[in-house]
Amino acid sequence: MSGQTMIEKILARGAGKKEVKPGDLVSVKVDLSLGNDITAPVAIKEFERLGLDRVFDPEKVVLVPDHFTPNRDIAAAEQALLVRRFAEKYGIRHYFEIGRMGIEHALLPEQGLVLPGQIIIGADSHTCTYGALGAFATGVGSTDLAAAMAIGEAWFKVPSTMRFIYEGELPPWVDGKDLILYTIGQIGVEGARYKAMAFCGPVIEKLPMDGRLTMANMAIEAGGKCGYMEPDAVTFSYLEGRTAQPYEPVYGDADAVYEQTLTFDVSRMEPQVAFPPAPDNTHPVSEAAGIKIDQVVIGSCTNGRLEDLRRAAAILKGRRVHPRVRLIIIPATQRIYRQAMAEGLMDIFVEAEAAISTPTCGPCLGGHMGILARGEKALATTNRNFVGRMGHPESEIFLCNPAVAAASAIAGEIVHPEEVMA
Amino acid sequence: MILEGKVWLFGDNVDTDAIIPARYLSATDPEELAAHCMEDINPDFAASVQAGDLLVAGSNFGCGSSREHAPLALKGAGVSCVIAKSFARIFYRNAINIGLPILECEAELSRILAPGELLRVDLSAGMIIRLSDGSRYQAAPFPTFMQEIIQQGGLIEYVRHRLKR
Ligand code: SF4
Repeated sequence: MSGQTMIEKILARGAGKKEVKPGDLVSVKVDLSLGNDITAPVAIKEFERLGLDRVFDPEKVVLVPDHFTPNRDIAAAEQALLVRRFAEKYGIRHYFEIGRMGIEHALLPEQGLVLPGQIIIGADSHTCTYGALGAFATGVGSTDLAAAMAIGEAWFKVPSTMRFIYEGELPPWVDGKDLILYTIGQIGVEGARYKAMAFCGPVIEKLPMDGRLTMANMAIEAGGKCGYMEPDAVTFSYLEGRTAQPYEPVYGDADAVYEQTLTFDVSRMEPQVAFPPAPDNTHPVSEAAGIKIDQVVIGSCTNGRLEDLRRAAAILKGRRVHPRVRLIIIPATQRIYRQAMAEGLMDIFVEAEAAISTPTCGPCLGGHMGILARGEKALATTNRNFVGRMGHPESEIFLCNPAVAAASAIAGEIVHPEEVMA
Repeated sequence: MILEGKVWLFGDNVDTDAIIPARYLSATDPEELAAHCMEDINPDFAASVQAGDLLVAGSNFGCGSSREHAPLALKGAGVSCVIAKSFARIFYRNAINIGLPILECEAELSRILAPGELLRVDLSAGMIIRLSDGSRYQAAPFPTFMQEIIQQGGLIEYVRHRLKR
């Protein structure tokens, strides 16, 4: 018998089996299920068809109104109300109201709700973010969420695993976002369909948790079922003080079978920019140089964390946003907002003439807080640049890391951060 | 469960917009959705498909958005089973969850078969039999609990049943 990957072992444990292999269909116990103000209402309606007076385990359900909140219109307000009422009725403690919430995939790890070895489902495709902490986490449909709320289980086809090894030294201004954009560019938006993506190697061992979360977050952009890093010292120090719950990390066997292994040397990597209309259309930033932009967004579940804001602030400090450009900065959670204030980052942003928003998905999915007009170009630290994602179908979105975003906001066109900092 | 029906053929990468165009997403009723099913790639489909017909396609069937409306439209149209070389991940889940049988079969059935011919499908065994010449094609069979989900008409019905036990 050959060894198993971390994902195979987590799913085997959840299914109460000794081993599983890729392609097996298993029903597993779910440690956490997540819904938001868009997907939870559909799940709630399905759940209510069951006529239950309780959810399977209120501690294992998380509800975050983050997409169209603070309520952008009456329809959004009704949806949010439905979720709020449901949380009250079923005693769901992990419901996060605006003012203390955040974008779900930034919020759950921050709150210590995600632990190594767990099985997590979310009615949102970027649920794969939590793999950065060594969990199996994946996006599902609303019906899956309804079922998990009722019986605490979900079914899965065990994915095969592609391994990505990153070697060399990360150059300045290159971070987790560039690693994942580069990877998606190499394998394409379908390159990891059905599959788990294992991120490893010396570069990952040194990558801070923020960068790891950014990478796992975008596994779905390569079609992946999940992306993950095996738990290590970085993981355990991130978890310190965030959780009192016991957890059991899971590691892949030394002789685990990977369907494919790709090795990238990152030492000469430039910051990456994904051109429209898909995240696999990636180019080194030098090829994007000179593209004029109308709006820059720094935020989202991909890059709205404290490290991201610090990187942007280092560049914006003492500088001004280009007169033609609107810079919108959205701290991903309330806690990040507070920390950024305490560190003086907010002063830097406001003095640079950026607009700062309360935590929300907002413009990332073209919801509110920065919609694009016909023909406008945006540069964003978000994760999708499909046609019309941020507004008008004839607007365009380029994706990049926070340093490139900040530098370009100053320059008024896409630039390498070095040019602004020189 | 044994199914028998007439074949409709489709190619590779049939996306959820082809299955049910976004302009009809304000409906959630399967019959309403069915009236527009495949309308942009096969305008005859919705009017001529009959209850029990089988849909055979190439790889990556159901790619694109995560809308549950896509399998709902096919189910509403009376399609008894979708057989494809591969499915996009969320379509696969959603199909099972709403109780639409699907089979993944390595063979290039969308190239081998002719439109309108008859197939017999044994869902439990994952066996597909071409009735014209008796040739057999093996698909991955479903484990018992997934057969239960499909037989009971979807995940919510399955859960209702489980809760009663
Ligand atoms: S920030 Fe964007 S990608 Fe992330 S959960 Fe919100 S809408 Fe989805």
